[in-house]
Amino acid sequence: MRAFSYSRAESVADALKGVVGHGETKVVAGGTNLLDLMKADVMRPTRLVDITRLPLNRIEETAEGGLRLGALVTNADTAHDERVRSRYPMLSRAILAGASAQLRNMATNGGNLLQRTRCYYFYDTGTPCNKREPGSGCGAIGGVNRIHAILGASEHCIATHPSDMCVALAALAAEIRVTGPRGERTIPFEAFHRLPGDAPQIDTNLAPDEIVTAIDLPARGFAAHSTYLKVRDRQSYAFALVSVAAALEIEDGKVTAARLALGGVAHKPWRDQAAEEALVGRPADAGSFAVAAEAVLRDARGFGHNDFKIDLARRAILRALQDAAASETP
Amino acid sequence: MAEAEFSTLVEVSLRVNGERVSRRVEARRHLIDFLRLDLGLTGSHAGCEHGVCGACTVRVDGEIVRGCLTLAAQLDGADVWTIEGLSDTGEVRDLQQAFVARNALQCGYCTPGMLATCADLLERSPAPSRAEIREHISGNYCRCTGYEAIIDAVETVAAARRAATGQVAIGQATIGETAE
Ligand SMILES: Cc1cc2nc3c(=O)[nH]c(=O)nc-3n(C[C@H](O)[C@H](O)[C@H](O)COP(=O)(O)OP(=O)(O)OC[C@H]3O[C@@H](n4cnc5c(N)ncnc54)[C@H](O)[C@@H]3O)c2cc1C
Ligand code: SF4
Ligand code: FES
Ligand code: FES
Repeated sequence: MRAFSYSRAESVADALKGVVGHGETKVVAGGTNLLDLMKADVMRPTRLVDITRLPLNRIEETAEGGLRLGALVTNADTAHDERVRSRYPMLSRAILAGASAQLRNMATNGGNLLQRTRCYYFYDTGTPCNKREPGSGCGAIGGVNRIHAILGASEHCIATHPSDMCVALAALAAEIRVTGPRGERTIPFEAFHRLPGDAPQIDTNLAPDEIVTAIDLPARGFAAHSTYLKVRDRQSYAFALVSVAAALEIEDGKVTAARLALGGVAHKPWRDQAAEEALVGRPADAGSFAVAAEAVLRDARGFGHNDFKIDLARRAILRALQDAAASETP
Repeated sequence: MAEAEFSTLVEVSLRVNGERVSRRVEARRHLIDFLRLDLGLTGSHAGCEHGVCGACTVRVDGEIVRGCLTLAAQLDGADVWTIEGLSDTGEVRDLQQAFVARNALQCGYCTPGMLATCADLLERSPAPSRAEIREHISGNYCRCTGYEAIIDAVETVAAARRAATGQVAIGQATIGETAE
């Protein structure tokens, strides 16, 4: 790994001071993605600001009846938190479906949002990749693309966002709180990650001089009827080929509210609000769920090796919605 | 260290296996290299060095982590336990004996990390199912045993510890606590 210089921030103001105006500076939290990418020589920051000492390590109630998850709370502590487990079981389940115990103990909520794609060409500095080196081309289009996107891709990049946690956060309509030299702001979850378009090197709408301070969960947690279904090459410890966060509110057998988000299929966690709305007022049964699955995948397209994902996603949506409809408060 | 000041060498003061250690480390020094190369604690292994295999598993502030994706510079004030410390205190003795009895190791490369992970599981969950054991060690690759023997060993120890009353459990908690 290349040499870099290090600074330990003791306060948010400190961290911002370190980051502002330095393109080659990155903040490091758990390090599980950044240090890996630095070892692979994919990311080459010359300065790291260690933010692990910042007082952003609490889970608190919000005035609106939701929960505020500090950016530095670990994925493990979030998933095992009693309030998260009981009020947002889908989120807890999604986090525990990801990585391993050791990694979840290190990985932070902020870092999870900002983790980068697992596209093999992105990691392989000997191949072209528009995300790693803008303008060099995309190795995955016409290459090996089994793990790549079927929705929202562009001619410049067909990578997927690898997070499990983020799929549940998309379905929950969480909000990301950030702070920077221009002050604080809140970004709705759906506006946080970007589609690749013609600038796949930019993953999110977080400005380079801003840091994430917290993730706000709204009061509505869909605890009675929700699930996270992850389909992967083996039963444990692998990234999702396709995953589904499905949440329903049901009265007298009819859907009164629905949330549906997919992982492993696009450059960002893929929430489909049109499909959600179409479910409302319909019976909570396989017929309605199949219609929703069709709607989500109407514009899906494969790139060869990943064609199977379209059918897989359709079945996963159907199954997740059925499981959610059947599930009871854990 | 002064805030917002950057340097390529960082002073760290931490506890490793109960002993105070102060060193000046390169900012890019990973915990696993710090332990092996700077402190001579070669029990923890470096395998993939990309967070995948679990050979570098050590305990930091009571939680198991990846030594290969942690910077030593980040660990000022931390409490680190490696297989050397866990062996010396006797905390994992029953696991070690069960691994031998059940043939849960062959080359032994994964074993230090595997023991730290299994100890972590038994601390949290005194009566884990085979599925739970399998899930907890899923981040520790073993290329030799095929895992069944490892799961057998953990099951055996869990049962033995349950049978041996609460005493062992109390000893465990003390060792796992952050020294402060
Ligand atoms: C072997 C392996 C398997 C994995 N499997 C899975 C899986 O199955 N599912 C899954 O979802 N994830 C998986 N992960 C990814 C893991 O969840 C992420 O690496 C982790 O969440 C990143 O968090 P971190 O705190 O370690 O981030 P870091 O590595 O510290 O940082 C990642 C990025 O976020 C930025 N950053 C961090 N915190 C902030 C902040 N507060 N504000 C602004 N920027 C910030 C950093 O600058 C960096 O660019 C896996 C990782 C590994 C190594
Ligand atoms: S899919 Fe995106 S990340 Fe992968 S090679 Fe193409 S441009 Fe790079
Ligand atoms: S050496 Fe750390 S996980 Fe493989
Ligand atoms: S005993 Fe050889 S890798 Fe596990």
